Amino acid sequence: MNLFVEGFAWIFDPANYSGGQGWIVRLLEQLAYTFGATAIALLIAVPLGYLVGHTGRGRDLAVSFSGGFRALPSLGVLILLGLGLGIGFKAPLLTFVIIAIPPILAGAYAGFEAVDRKTIDAARAVGMTEWQVVTRVEIPLGLPLLIGGIRSSLLQVVATATLAAYVSGGALGVFIFDAFATRNYPEALGASILVTALALVLEGIFALLQKLVVPRGVVAKELKDVRQRSSRPLAAAGVPAQEGK
Amino acid sequence: MIEFRSVTKQFPDGTVAVEGFDLVIPPRKTTVLVGSSGCGKTTLLRMINRMIDPTSGSILIDGEDTGGLAPVKLRRRIGYVMQNSGLLPHRKVVDNVATVPVLNGVPKKEARAHALELLDTVGLDRSLADKYPRQLSGGQQQRVGVARGLAADPNILLMDEPFGAVDPIVRAELQQETIRLQEGLGKTVVFVTHDIDEAFLLGHQVVILQKGGHIAQVGTPAEILARPADDFVATFIGADKGKRVLRIQNVDGRDVVVDENGTPTGVLQS
Repeated sequence: MNLFVEGFAWIFDPANYSGGQGWIVRLLEQLAYTFGATAIALLIAVPLGYLVGHTGRGRDLAVSFSGGFRALPSLGVLILLGLGLGIGFKAPLLTFVIIAIPPILAGAYAGFEAVDRKTIDAARAVGMTEWQVVTRVEIPLGLPLLIGGIRSSLLQVVATATLAAYVSGGALGVFIFDAFATRNYPEALGASILVTALALVLEGIFALLQKLVVPRGVVAKELKDVRQRSSRPLAAAGVPAQEGK
Repeated sequence: MIEFRSVTKQFPDGTVAVEGFDLVIPPRKTTVLVGSSGCGKTTLLRMINRMIDPTSGSILIDGEDTGGLAPVKLRRRIGYVMQNSGLLPHRKVVDNVATVPVLNGVPKKEARAHALELLDTVGLDRSLADKYPRQLSGGQQQRVGVARGLAADPNILLMDEPFGAVDPIVRAELQQETIRLQEGLGKTVVFVTHDIDEAFLLGHQVVILQKGGHIAQVGTPAEILARPADDFVATFIGADKGKRVLRIQNVDGRDVVVDENGTPTGVLQS
């Protein structure tokens, strides 16, 4: 318990949070990695996932990709990329992009697949073009699952971003690596508490956001489905529930 | 007028759904395609708005070959009502009804105002306009589906087993509503069902189909009842089991009509 008190004491010591080396700056770095990597991953994974979800082509590839890439050890990837790209922010950012892609990809195509085929058929039958079917039917109805994927990506990256310090990439991991080198446990614990708190806050915000983007009219039933069937397996393993069919 | 000219449809898996099909569907009347599952009736219906393209043969609407028309444009001028309504769950009732006019570039406000009128036409209260499809009963959803089909004021309305999923009482209501609408608006309705009673009730022209889209008989309900073309038709309409047979019994000097079980159904007027 004493250690916790010391951990919090470390957090609230002005010497530790202020200045260019303080944890406020490091926390912002952590956030920058998180949102930067997720944003890049969105640009890559969403169009790809939508393409797979709409056409049904390359589905098996997408499933094994999003499953397989989950198993990559982040530290190994980071070191490997660090060897090629040198120290600094590039290797960690790229690593986090790689981590962020699979859940978003899975969320994007699973969201499209979850749309009732009859609804899509009807949309076509009344005269929607393929593009209108995508933008007016599949995207809005698939949004809850996509947000679930983004949420799970963000959580993973915000936690993993701690590793950036391993290749001198900054962020909150700096304190933890330093602290272990100097056996300064209050510092290690304080930084860990910060990472945890950050993750929890992000999770809370996105849980709320996920609720808000569920199209009204599907709220009552679908949201329950999304949670049971998809968000959980998705968040845990990045594999859509329908995979087994 | 819709014409099928020796239309054949073979699906990629080799199934021949329809073979050498010829039919003329008269304008401003209801034509019902009826048959058991697998007879190709839905395939025929979906070929009219090019949701399915024929392998060979052609389909003409008012003399114009649909094969030369852009499918999306064609579909926007043909109403389509399907089983389970096919409404967009994330859009309000009024926006669902306004779907096609909005696609055609009608300003949203105008399309919504017209959609409200259509709710009246199909017998729905305007208070439902701001609800989502899921909040409506099956029968109400089906009415919204019909309103959407009518929204762009098409000449042709395709109905694919639209009342298959609602209970018998609501179904009877919707059937009467369909008859009323067709008579009032003078649309060419092509209706698909597997229920021969529904076919006789709604159809000016009834087309009884056998497997592979072969026509067993075409005619008015009266013609088919009077002279079933063959045993298949007789079985299909239930004539072979005496289901369609009514007899007259004289009771106290009046002619009472009784059905096949001897149950009185009415009195004959002279």
